[in-house]
Order: sequence, then structure tokens, then C-alpha cells
Amino acid sequence: MYYKETMRQMNDIGVGSLTIVGLIAIFIGAVTSVQFAYQLDGTLVPIYYIGYIVRDSTIIELAPTITCLVLAGKVGSNIAAEIGGMRQKEHIDAMEIMGVNTAAYLIMPKVIAALIVIPLLVAIAAFVSVLGGYLAVVPTGYMSNAEYIQGVRSFFDPYNMFLMFVKATVFAYILTSVSAYQGYYVKGGSIELGQASTNAVVFSDILILLADYLIAVVLT
Amino acid sequence: MIRTENLHKRFGEQHVLKGITTEFFQGKTNLIIGRSGAGKTVLLKLLVGLLTPSEGDIFYDDVNFNQLNKKDVRTLRMDVGMLFQASALFDSMTVEENIRFPLDMFTNMTRGEKRKRVDTCLERVSLGAVNDKFPSEISGGMQKRVGIARAIVLNPKYLFCDEPNSGLDPKTAIVIDELIKSITIENNITTIINTHDMNSVMGIGDNVILLYQGEIAWRGNRTEVMGSDNEILQNFIFASPFLQDLRDAALEK
Repeated sequence: MYYKETMRQMNDIGVGSLTIVGLIAIFIGAVTSVQFAYQLDGTLVPIYYIGYIVRDSTIIELAPTITCLVLAGKVGSNIAAEIGGMRQKEHIDAMEIMGVNTAAYLIMPKVIAALIVIPLLVAIAAFVSVLGGYLAVVPTGYMSNAEYIQGVRSFFDPYNMFLMFVKATVFAYILTSVSAYQGYYVKGGSIELGQASTNAVVFSDILILLADYLIAVVLT
Repeated sequence: MIRTENLHKRFGEQHVLKGITTEFFQGKTNLIIGRSGAGKTVLLKLLVGLLTPSEGDIFYDDVNFNQLNKKDVRTLRMDVGMLFQASALFDSMTVEENIRFPLDMFTNMTRGEKRKRVDTCLERVSLGAVNDKFPSEISGGMQKRVGIARAIVLNPKYLFCDEPNSGLDPKTAIVIDELIKSITIENNITTIINTHDMNSVMGIGDNVILLYQGEIAWRGNRTEVMGSDNEILQNFIFASPFLQDLRDAALEK
């Protein structure tokens, strides 16, 4: 039962978020490359650095942070509303009376699913971002295919990937647990449910940014 | 049997239940009646453990519910079935999945055995061919039946029903009442129903307690209701001017 629910959550969180994550990632990469191209214009910095900068900035910061901030809005509000709705419609009471450990049944599969799929989504976002950067500067003729590829392949430090996955895992835990908490303890009616959903997003975002800073301080 | 001793519940300054001592009998339909705000729902929630008493004890047979640890409470709850006011069926599950849910959680039955048990329960509540429907696709009365089927799927020893007739037309309400009554007798379970439906009181009230301002104002059974001279009970039963006129007319005759 828990396995089935975890699989369902993995599908909802992972597959359900692929489009939005991909769309955002492609624009993050495109904007990053265009803006760095603008900043490097007329300097002595080699043009292939654009590929290198897009790669590292997305891996280290943009892919995990922006993706998880977006997921806090999409997945987090959904979790708070789903669990809060169940609380209000007495579904949680019904499960409690059956003897089900509701926190374990309703929250744990979501947290486990998020811990597995969100790092994967972030990795996909990083890859798509680099691709977005490529599409923004190569087909437009700003730099050549070879220059961008050279930049992407230069100065690669695998530790940055580790950093990305650490951030993705921590952020995934924050956004699911905070949202589940807001939904689980909701009281009142539809207005309170709306507030819980909003709080889930706001508190998740704040905690994600705080954790981002702390991870940067500790691990870099 | 379920027994309460000197049960109190306070929410801050508000003293909702004031020393409820009563018994709910096995094989009988035990009704808790009273006006809105009398403390019926609070008493029911205390009995099933959704609220904790401020004072007093609840005994399931001879087991003191308040002294059980979390694990024992979960074990005991496998003997408890509950029908909620709004049925509380899980929206994302089909009727079959809803009824099967307790079986999935607590038994090692095979898929075939579970299917058979679900079909038996659906048959018991006179529902057929709704297995694959979602709760939103069936009527309120059918949802209540599915709620009953889910409540009895694990063969509970105790059945709680919170306003089982709310939102139902009088005829369907009677059908639901009779269903609960017959399940109670067949399985010899302790059934506690929280209601303010006088049809239920007169139809299935084996043991009735009337709550008034957090205290038991009257107790008896359906045959004693009409003959009682308890003023609170009479005011509760003949609350509407229409019923008062009927009573007065009957008395005049």
C-alpha cells in the first residue's frame, strides 16, 4: 500500500512537473547565456566562456534553486491543498479510526517520492538549461557550435554535481514536509485551506532560500 | 459494550460535556440525541478517540481506552467501524478501492479474497455494479451505503455512525436506519448512532440518551419516548409548531 502510494506520488510529482520544469529550465539557460554574452561583449574573456558559465551557474545554483522554488508553488501548494482537503472532509479522521497511521500514510510517500524524483528533475533542468543556452546563442549566430561545446566541456568539477544533488535533496525535503505540515494541521474552512496553501509556498520558498545560503556557506 | 464514567470535556472555558456516565449495549442500536450544540459530536469523537477527555474514562468492554498506548489504540481500532456524516469516502478511489482500503492496510488476503469480501459487503448493503464508480458518480444514499460497507468490511465489534441520515430523503433515511439495525443484530455489534432524526429514534432506538447542555437529560428506549413526561425530551421531540399542534390535537381527543 505504501509502495503503491509512493509510486503514484512519484508519477504526480515527477512526470506531472516535467513540462513546467523543462520550460522554465530552457529559458533560464537562454537568458543566462544571452546576458553573459552581453556582459562579455568587448572584453578579453574568451567567448567560449559563455558555455562554461551557463553550465556551472545552472548546475550550482539556478537548476536546483529555481526548479525547487517553482516546485514549491506547484507541488507544495498541491500537497497542502490535498492533505488539507482530506482533513476538512474527514478523510483523515476516517483513516485514524481505521487505525491507519495517517502521518506515515499520507506524508511519508510524498516525502520519499520527492526525495527521489526532485533531484532527477533538477538534473534534467540543468541539462535542459545548458541546451537552452545553446539555442539562444548558437542558432542566432552569436557564437559557433564548437565554441559553446568547448565552453560546456571546460573546467568541469564533478563536486558541483554533488552540490547540485545535495541542494535538490534538501530543497525537496523542505518543500514537501513544510507543505504537508500546513495541510495536515489545517483548521476551519475554505479560506483557511487557501491560507494553508499560500503558507506552504511562502514558507517553503523562504526556507529553500535560507537553506541555499547555508549550503553555499558550508559546502563551498 | 462501551461504557463511560464521569466523562468531561472542556475547550478552554467552555465546558461541553459534564460528567457523562452511561453504557452502550452490545447487539443494540444505541442512539445519542439532542439539539445542535448539546455535545453529541464531541461525545462521539471522545468515544472513538478523535478527542481526548478532560476527565473521566471510556471502557471498550473492560479495556480502559484512555490508558492504552498508541499501538494498542491502533489494534483496538481495527475492531471499530465508523460511518461519517458526509460519508468521508476517498475521492480519488473507486467504490471498490474505498471498501478494500482497510483490507489492504491490515490483512494479508489475496486479491481474490479481497474482491470477494468487497462484493459480500456491497451485497449486504444492497449495492451492485458500482465497484468501478467514483464516489462523485453515485448518489448521497449510495455513498452512505458504501460508507457502511467500508465500516463493516473488517467485521468490527463496534460501529459508530455520525448523523447517518443527514442529507437524505425520509425514505432513504429509513432504509439506512434499517440497514444499520439489521447489521447490528446479525453481527452482534455495539452500534452508537449520533442523530437528531426522530424517525431514527422511533424506528431503531433500542437505547436512547438525550444530551442537553452537556449532560444526560433522559435515557430510555423508543417505546418509552412518547410516554415520557420529561420536559426536555418533549420539547426536543415536539420542537416544531406543526408537531406541537399534532400533539395538542391528540391530547384533546
